[in-house]
Amino acid sequence: MNDAQANKPAPPEIQRRRWHVSLVWLVPLVAALVGLSMLFRAWQDIGPTIEIRFATAGGLSAGKTPVQYRDVVVGRLTELKLSEDHSGVIGTVELNRSGEAFTREDTRFWVVRPQIDASGVSGLETLLSGGYIAADPGTSSSTSKSFEALDSPPQIIYDQAGSRFQVEAGDLGSLSVGSPVYYRRVPVGQVVSYGLADSGESVNIEVFVSAPHDRQVTDTTRFWNASGIDLDLGTGGVNVDMQSLVALVTGGLAFGSPPEDRQQRPPAGADARFQLFSNREQAMAPQKGPSRKIRMRFTQSLRGLEEGASVGFIGKTIGTVSRITLDYDSEGGNFPVIVEATVYPRLMGNVYQKFLQSSGQDEGGGAARELFAGLVGEGLRAEARTSNLLSGKLYIALEVYPDAEPATMDSSNRGISVPTRPSGLDRAQSQLINLVDRLNKVPFESIAANLDSGLAELNQTLEQINDEVLPATLTTLGGVDRLAARMETVLASLSTALGSAAEAFAADSPEREQLDRVLNEVERMSRSVRQLSDYLRRHPEALLRGRDQQDRSDLRP
Amino acid sequence: MTPPFAEQLNLRLCHRCKYASPMDNGPSHCARCMAPLHYRKPGAITRAWALTLAALVLYVPANTLPIMRTSALHRDSTTTILGSVVELWQQGAWDIALIIFIASVGVPVTKFLALGYLLVTVQWRSTRSRKERTQLYRLLELIGYWSMLDVFVAGLLTALVQFGPLGGIEPRPGILYFGLVVVLTMMATLSFDPRLIWDTGKANE
Repeated sequence: MNDAQANKPAPPEIQRRRWHVSLVWLVPLVAALVGLSMLFRAWQDIGPTIEIRFATAGGLSAGKTPVQYRDVVVGRLTELKLSEDHSGVIGTVELNRSGEAFTREDTRFWVVRPQIDASGVSGLETLLSGGYIAADPGTSSSTSKSFEALDSPPQIIYDQAGSRFQVEAGDLGSLSVGSPVYYRRVPVGQVVSYGLADSGESVNIEVFVSAPHDRQVTDTTRFWNASGIDLDLGTGGVNVDMQSLVALVTGGLAFGSPPEDRQQRPPAGADARFQLFSNREQAMAPQKGPSRKIRMRFTQSLRGLEEGASVGFIGKTIGTVSRITLDYDSEGGNFPVIVEATVYPRLMGNVYQKFLQSSGQDEGGGAARELFAGLVGEGLRAEARTSNLLSGKLYIALEVYPDAEPATMDSSNRGISVPTRPSGLDRAQSQLINLVDRLNKVPFESIAANLDSGLAELNQTLEQINDEVLPATLTTLGGVDRLAARMETVLASLSTALGSAAEAFAADSPEREQLDRVLNEVERMSRSVRQLSDYLRRHPEALLRGRDQQDRSDLRP
Repeated sequence: MTPPFAEQLNLRLCHRCKYASPMDNGPSHCARCMAPLHYRKPGAITRAWALTLAALVLYVPANTLPIMRTSALHRDSTTTILGSVVELWQQGAWDIALIIFIASVGVPVTKFLALGYLLVTVQWRSTRSRKERTQLYRLLELIGYWSMLDVFVAGLLTALVQFGPLGGIEPRPGILYFGLVVVLTMMATLSFDPRLIWDTGKANE
């Protein structure tokens, strides 16, 4: 019994131990599996490690600063150290598995910090959370391990649809990165970057125009500077042209096509280059086309003519004076002034176009020269005219004078030389001098002598008058006196006749008494007529019935 | 002079009600509560080893994974245990840092080492400093649950700091693994039978 009992638990004990072994060891097995799976996931999540070079580590902290793209964390800054040459800070960034796109060679990184400029406030959230590294994946197929952080946030992130254009400007003006680009005053893009051209002669401005609007940029599009206010004082009043307040502060660009090129044109290529005009008016002006040099030789002084003065062809400005030099003419012994000017034949408009059509040439060759040669043959002359009487500034006027002395263009010279003509003022001056010269030739002394003798003769004549004519006149006047005395006696007899007429109307004359009586009669008659009319007004029926009895007494005088 | 073992007196201690059941009538069940009787805890060493190893494995993610995520006005930060200790120390709160370090690193590591030491010595049937080893085991039982401090702190903060968009604290997986480590080490301590330390004496005698 005892043995049996002792034997009984023995086999189950062995069995149990086996069971227990396997069951308990499941716990560390599961733990190990969990740990391994986590390890595997962590390993799977580890993306590439890259290095970014920053100018400063401001706002960055190793282990904390995230790398974000569209506000999603794609990596984390793990280490910050100075670069070997101490010129910057190198940050090591561990990217997530999903951050593989950010190793493309043209990926851009920059630090987002709070930024306030004229076009708005950005990065405000980093005031509280500290800066973060923003990333913008590129499109390149090759990858890189080290990057350079941008100083300022790029304006365009990589998948924004649109096109970039190069605009070449003489100077940057008030433009800056982020300056708006307007098309018909609609903001359609912005300035992405700018830099000096390699030659240092101009500024290359890179402009981004966003997607539906970039097809408005064609090869005939002109860009102009829309910064500031354009004030135009004309006959219609003051005209203020301003794109927007933002453009006033940050500068801005605008583009458009000249009216004659408005018809549908294919959009310009992505690498198209444009020239920046300083304002809309200049941008919309007809294209100048290729330039030509013309040369003029003036013999008079050209004080007041400056480089840059305009050259007008029958009133239309076609170019500017580019150079004024003094020459010495040993034959004439004088100092002619050589004026060189740059002209744009296309600005002559139809004159040039028609000439091109009729001659069948294209403007590349010597067409302009031929045109000028022909015009000179017809009397084209250059003239220095005063454009401003106050300042005495001169400009060059090219006009056709059919009566000018015939001249031909110097055929040996390849350039265009236009014969000159003294200006109107100069001619007036020379005419005045001629006049004075002629006046000088007048024999004033002999004229004076003649005048003297003439005056003496006049004296003699007057003496003659005194001696002979005056006595005769006195006798005539005596006759007139006598006539007057006779007139006096006539008047006396007339007054006596009038006196007798007055006596007839005296107070006690019989004629006067008769007149008084007649007048009394008339007075009585008028009184009775008044009574009758009064009665009739009161009793109009009396006309028919006669007068009432009782009234009869009233009328009795 | 060592006192006699229960086996020598033909007695077995019930695990459940601690009744010293006589083995005279050869039952394998406790005479009082009918629980199965064992001379020692069955499979004590194996269980203790397995649970200790499992805890050791889980201790790795508990330390490498973040335990908490603190967000305050766009500033998100996740902290691991050691990271928070270092941060607190750098901020000058060395006392709190020390408490957290002891509770979350000192205690579990001590437990691993102590358990390992006990298990190895028992397996080697070592007879040295058996009394101290028993004291060590009692200490293990005593400090075991203090490691839950971290878990409680995380739970409390999560419950208290909830300000919606302004800020908040969320637990992260690390704290789960840490809690598992604590539970597994406590279970390992429980499954170990301290009487095994003294069993070696019998062989010597």
